Amino acid sequence: MTIASHFPYEAEVIERCQESPTIFTLVLRLTDPVIASEYRFTPGQFNMLYLFGVGEIPISIVSDPERPGKLIHTIRDVGRVSHGFSQLGVGDRIGLRGPFGRGWPLVQLEGQDIMIVTGGLGCAPVVSVINYILRRRERYGRLVILQGVKHSSDLIWRERYAEWEKQDNTQVLLAADVGGTPWPGFVGPITVLFEHARFNPQQTVAMMCGPERMIHAAADVLVERGLQAWDIWISMERNMQCAVGQCGHCQFGSSFVCRNGPVYRYPDAGELLAKRGF
Amino acid sequence: MPDHSVATGFLAGHDFARLLSALAGQGYRCIGPTVRDGALVYDTLGGVEDLPTGVQISQGPGSFRVEFNQGTRHFDWANGPQALKPLLFTSREILWQVQRSADGELQFSQQDPEPVPTAVIGVRACDLAALRLQDRHFVEADVPDVGYTARRRRLFLVAVNCSRPADTCFCASTGDGPAATRGYDLVLDELDDGFIASAGSKRGNELLALLPLQPVSAEQRQAAAEATEGAVAMQHRQLPGRNLRDQLFANLDHPQWEVVATRCLSCGNCTSVCPTCFCYREVDQPALDRESARHYREWDSCFTQGHSYIHGFVVRPDTRLRYRQWLTHKLGGWHDQYGRSGCVGCGRCITWCPVGIDITEEVSAIAAVPT
Repeated sequence: MTIASHFPYEAEVIERCQESPTIFTLVLRLTDPVIASEYRFTPGQFNMLYLFGVGEIPISIVSDPERPGKLIHTIRDVGRVSHGFSQLGVGDRIGLRGPFGRGWPLVQLEGQDIMIVTGGLGCAPVVSVINYILRRRERYGRLVILQGVKHSSDLIWRERYAEWEKQDNTQVLLAADVGGTPWPGFVGPITVLFEHARFNPQQTVAMMCGPERMIHAAADVLVERGLQAWDIWISMERNMQCAVGQCGHCQFGSSFVCRNGPVYRYPDAGELLAKRGF
Repeated sequence: MPDHSVATGFLAGHDFARLLSALAGQGYRCIGPTVRDGALVYDTLGGVEDLPTGVQISQGPGSFRVEFNQGTRHFDWANGPQALKPLLFTSREILWQVQRSADGELQFSQQDPEPVPTAVIGVRACDLAALRLQDRHFVEADVPDVGYTARRRRLFLVAVNCSRPADTCFCASTGDGPAATRGYDLVLDELDDGFIASAGSKRGNELLALLPLQPVSAEQRQAAAEATEGAVAMQHRQLPGRNLRDQLFANLDHPQWEVVATRCLSCGNCTSVCPTCFCYREVDQPALDRESARHYREWDSCFTQGHSYIHGFVVRPDTRLRYRQWLTHKLGGWHDQYGRSGCVGCGRCITWCPVGIDITEEVSAIAAVPT
C-alpha cells in the first residue's frame, strides 16, 4: 500500500515550534497505524499537507528517513493554506499524502565530499540533507555549508549553524545581502562565499536550493572552480496541486517537477533555469 | 441469419437508426453531435432526428457559423468546440471528501465511480488521436486517474471519417486525419445514401452483426476513398514539421512571442477547446456547517495567473510567457513526455480564439524549419 496518490490520510500535529516570526515547524504523526508503519521517504521528497476546508500545499520533509514516525515540516507563513497551518497547535488534525518526487541521491553519494549551497529562506530541502549527513558523519567526506540570506535577520536556526560548524571536517559560511549586528558572516551575494570555501572540486558533489537565479549563478562559479556540472544537484519549486504528474502546474520544459524532480541533476534543468517564465 | 464474420458492410441511410437502437439495446447511452445555440455540441441523442441533417459549418479564425444546405448527410462538417474530452476528463469532478468530527478528527473517503456505459457517435480522427494522448496521461500513469479510467473502460466509439474539413483544420499535416485508422470500435464513411461501416474491435464486430448490412460495392469504396483524398486536399493550413521541439526551444527569445502576446487575451479558450490540454486545479469546498468538505478538481489553463503561482510569486506574470509556455509544451515538451507532439491538427484553438490567433502562423514564424 502506498499513500502517494490523490487520496490523503489523517495526520496529527504532535509538536509545534515557532522558528522565526514567519517560519514554524510542525511535527506530524500519521494516525492510522498501518499507514504509519508502511510510510517511507527519502530526504528531498515532499508531502502534500491538507488543511481542512482550505486546501493543500507541497511541503518538503526535513526529518530523518529512519524515523518515519515523526514527520517534520518547516513552513513559511506566506499564503492562504500556510497561514492556516501557522494557527495549528498540538493535537490538531490535518490531511497528508506522499511522499512525492525524487529525493537527494544520498546513498549513492556516500564517500564523497559534500557541499550544500542554499539561499533565501528556501533551506528546508537541504536541512534534511545536513541532518542526514551529520547523523551518519563517517559515511561522508568533507562537508561545506554555504548559506546566503537577504537580510541577516532572515537567518533561522543560528544555533544549529554554530553547532554544525563545530563538527569535524566541516565548514560553515554565511552571507547576507544586507548585514546587521551582530552578524558572524560575510556581506554580499552568496557567490562571495566560494572564495572562502575550502573544497576539492575533484571529489565534491554540490546540493543546492533557493532562488533559481542564485542557483544558476552559484552553479556557474562551481563549474569555473572545477566541479563537473553533472555533480551539482538542485531542488526546484513550482506550483504543485496533484503531485502525481497530472495537473500540469509544475510543468518545466519536458518534465513535471513533482514527479521527475524536485531534485534534479543541474544539467537536466540548467538552461531553462536561467530563462524567466519556465 | 446475421453473419458473425462480417467486418464491413453498407448501412443504408434509412437504417441508421438501427445502429443507435442496437447500442441502446446493449445498455449504452448514445452521445452525438447536435446543433444548439448556433454551435455543434455533443450531447445525449434521443434518436437520429437529434443529429444535424443538411448542416454545414463554416469555420475560420475566431469564427464558427452553422449553415444549412439541402443535403441529407449528418456528418458533413468537421467538428464543434468539444467532443470526447469533457466526457472523460470532466470539467469538474469530486476527488474525495472529508468529514470532521466534533473533536476535530478527520475521516477521508472517496466513492468508486460507476459511470453509465456511453457510446459516442461521430468521433473524428483528430479526437481519437487526442484520446490516445489523454489515455497515456490519465490511464497509463504511475497513479491512474480513477474517474477517467472508469469512464474510458465503458466507452464505445463510433468514428466517422471526415469528408469536409474546416478552413481551420490541419490534421493531414500532423498525421492524425482526416480518416480514422485506429482506436475506434466502429468507423463509418458517410455517403449520400448511407454509410460504409467497418469494425475496429471485437465489440464493434458484434454490433455490426446486429445491423442489416449489405455488401459494399466497388463504387461505394471508391467514393469513400475519394472523400478522404478530397478532405486532405481541402486543407491549406499546416505546421512546419511534426517535431518542432528543438526549433522552439532554440527560439525562446524570438520577437514573435511579443507580437502574439500583444493580441492574445490570455483568456484560456484555446486550452478549453484543445482536446489534449489536461491541466486542472484542485479546489476545496467546505460545507456551510463546517463539518465536511469536498475536494474537487476542475479544468485549469496555463494562461491564468494562478497556474504558475508559488508562495507569493508568479512564475509567468505576463501573456508572452504564458503563450510561450503553452506552445513550447504542446509542440515541444510533449515529444519527451508522450512520444509525440500534443497537437492533433483539429484547429479548434484557431476557431475559438476570440481574436483569431492561428497556431500554424505563429509556429511558422517562430520555428520555421530551414529547407
